[in-house]
Amino acid sequence: MLSGASNLASGVDKAFVIIFVISALFLVAITVVMLYFVYRYREKRNPVPTEIEGNNKLEILWTVIPTLLALVMFYYGWKGWIPVRNPPKDAMVITSVARMWSFTFDYPNGKSSNVLYIPQGEPVKLNIVATDILHSVYIPAFRVKQDAIPGKENFLWFISDKPGTYDLFCTEYCGLRHSYMNAEVKVLPLPEFEKWYNDTTDLVAAAEGEGGVKKGLAGARLLENKGCIACHSLDGTKLVGPSFKGIYGEPVVVVSGGKERTVTIDDAYIKTSIYEPDADVVKGYKPGQMISYKSELNEKQIADIIEYLKTLNGK
Amino acid sequence: MSETAAQLNFFQETQGRKGILAWILSTDHKRIGLMYMYTIMVFFIVGVLLGLGIKMELIAPGLTVMGPQAYNSFFTVHGVIMIFVIVIPGLPAIFGNFFLPIMIGAKDVAFPKLNLFSWYLFIIGIITVLISLFTFGGPPDTGWTFYAPYSFKTTTNMFPAVLGAFILGFSSILTGLNFITTIHRMRAPGMRWMKMPLFAWSIYGTGWIQLFATPIVGITLLMIIAERFLKIGFFDPALGGDPILYQHLFWIYSHPAVYIMILPAMGVISEIIPTFARKGIFGYNAVVISTMAIAIVGYFVWAHHMFTSGMSTTAQFVFSLLTFFVAIPSAIKVFNWVATLYKGSIRLEVPLIWALGFLFLFMIGGFTGLFLGAVATDVHVHNTTFVVAHFHYIIFGGMGSAFFAALHYWLPKMYGRMYNKYWATVGWATFFIGFNVLYFPMFILGYQGMPRRYYDYLDQFHGLNIVSTLGAFIMVAGIFVIILNLIRGARHGEQATMNPWEGRSLEWTVPSPPPLENFDEIPDLTKSSAHPA
Repeated sequence: MLSGASNLASGVDKAFVIIFVISALFLVAITVVMLYFVYRYREKRNPVPTEIEGNNKLEILWTVIPTLLALVMFYYGWKGWIPVRNPPKDAMVITSVARMWSFTFDYPNGKSSNVLYIPQGEPVKLNIVATDILHSVYIPAFRVKQDAIPGKENFLWFISDKPGTYDLFCTEYCGLRHSYMNAEVKVLPLPEFEKWYNDTTDLVAAAEGEGGVKKGLAGARLLENKGCIACHSLDGTKLVGPSFKGIYGEPVVVVSGGKERTVTIDDAYIKTSIYEPDADVVKGYKPGQMISYKSELNEKQIADIIEYLKTLNGK
Repeated sequence: MSETAAQLNFFQETQGRKGILAWILSTDHKRIGLMYMYTIMVFFIVGVLLGLGIKMELIAPGLTVMGPQAYNSFFTVHGVIMIFVIVIPGLPAIFGNFFLPIMIGAKDVAFPKLNLFSWYLFIIGIITVLISLFTFGGPPDTGWTFYAPYSFKTTTNMFPAVLGAFILGFSSILTGLNFITTIHRMRAPGMRWMKMPLFAWSIYGTGWIQLFATPIVGITLLMIIAERFLKIGFFDPALGGDPILYQHLFWIYSHPAVYIMILPAMGVISEIIPTFARKGIFGYNAVVISTMAIAIVGYFVWAHHMFTSGMSTTAQFVFSLLTFFVAIPSAIKVFNWVATLYKGSIRLEVPLIWALGFLFLFMIGGFTGLFLGAVATDVHVHNTTFVVAHFHYIIFGGMGSAFFAALHYWLPKMYGRMYNKYWATVGWATFFIGFNVLYFPMFILGYQGMPRRYYDYLDQFHGLNIVSTLGAFIMVAGIFVIILNLIRGARHGEQATMNPWEGRSLEWTVPSPPPLENFDEIPDLTKSSAHPA
């Protein structure tokens, strides 16, 4: 069996085993009886068929027994599910933001990460939101899944007792890079988790970035956490959108309203590209792939990103 | 068989029309049934090849034979063609048209012109879908479910595809209406309801689902139009809509559509098993009642497709419970089919082999459906390859097996010729092995957490994906053997007699192929007491 790594896994697995055992028994029994009849009553051995209209007792029997078994399976399926709907009140609340095509996990202290760090043995509640279209958060090892729906907040919760790294997949089809939309879940022993959680270097860096002390660091964090690099590489690789490498200040041919023109990639162009992605689309790329980040990035943050982009020119 | 001028069969009796006009202007239910069959078989092969393309891409992680955009279009178009062009219309349109009137002792359906019009709509619907593939933004990449709001945002050609589904739906409604009326009004004297062949009963149940469920597709399409062009927010949260409403509307139609697919398949099996056991069906009444129970309860289970969408706990409870109830009539049918074999005098002909294969694959599909009806287990395997395996076992293993069973069973009646038994058996065995090797690993992959509609996957899923792709090659080889053998049989096979299987229903009392109006005289069954099947 697939090993379970959360408090909810045992209830799900129990329902799974009960349904599996009942199903397998019936499948084998019916198949064997069927093959036996075909063998025993083949024309050579039984040249004259016996007409049987039916048998009411049998009909009642094979209606009532499957009904009872169905109710048993329903019951365990339900019993395994109830705990999933009832998170403890003291759970740590992490917001999982899904977008095409990445996840970000926002922590109560303002920390943000694209790896889901979880304290071992502590209840964690994930508030699940999406910024653009449907996605879904699925952690197979925890036996949990919940759709992320724009304009709506869903939740999941769990306690994980096993430190380790687990897969998290998007399981609601979301377009071109759906199959690359996954993340890691890292369950850390409490002290290690607290060390990570209380390490606010990146928050400090973000603050410093605004003051321009450490050039670009805050911008780099933003690109990672907002999922930009899921589609725009930093090393020149062509993904869904153009790479960020060495583009700042360079001319580029764009398609604006069906007409080609050449623009320089400057601060104004970058801001337009983030707020109105379909206004000037770089030639050779498809429009409609990116949503506006107007609600997600303010002008200061864009300035941070620009600072970082400048460092990618190697100048 | 001697063919006098008075006994021209329906192929020979062209009513003075020549060439293709003898087909596309004919209101003969048999010709219309065959026109559906030829259309559906062509698209079936296209769908199979698209499916093979998907499996070839999945044989290894990363790019193998196509990029992600092509892959997404492949599985979308595979789904759209297979669901809307093949499995939903399939059995009723082909065999319902050809055999329902004969089975109940009628000369044609109630509205022959409307019947031909339904076929025209079917073709127009297909053309509309094809337009979506080759124009504007290229083939749709939304999955056959067209879930909002992605389907509004994608630049690919979503709209004609949905419009095509709508037109195909209209064709389906009219066919259902026609069959219901035919069964109510045109049964031969003495063909009482509870004497009707079980295939006719299954077409009757299906007709009501087509009539009641399909209009939902229409209203959904109108809402999409209003949203896209008038900016009225129904589904898109950016306009104040709710994407979950779309999912409800979609599944209110598309779940009953599963029963549109499977009920006629069950009807076919209920004809074939008694014929080759050479006795009447065990528990006729129970089979009829379970058919109608499925047709009714099947309306009320749709939201089990949406357990992870964030619906209320009460809704989850109700839909999970109802889903378990809808399983019971199917179980009753399986028990009655197996009991029919008891004390029979069984001839293991090819249609019966397909029917037994149906039982095995349909049971696996049904039992794995229980994991999807129970909320706790559904949440784990929802939207993984487990679900893909489950519905392929039901639709392809179940409905597909019944489809091939019906083709072999009725080929001698339709064409007056017989297939080659050896190659038919080889084809079945190859298909059966390939099918299980292809789809069974997907249950395990899904249980281990591999999501569906994934172009690329993590290394831990590699081994079973190789097995699955190999199975796909075996299965496709089997399908080609089966189809080529059937075509050869229909054209050059041995002459078949009027009743090669010693069947008891009325289609076996008319010549093979049947004459234009089926019967010289409408049969009178008032004196016979036995069920025809």
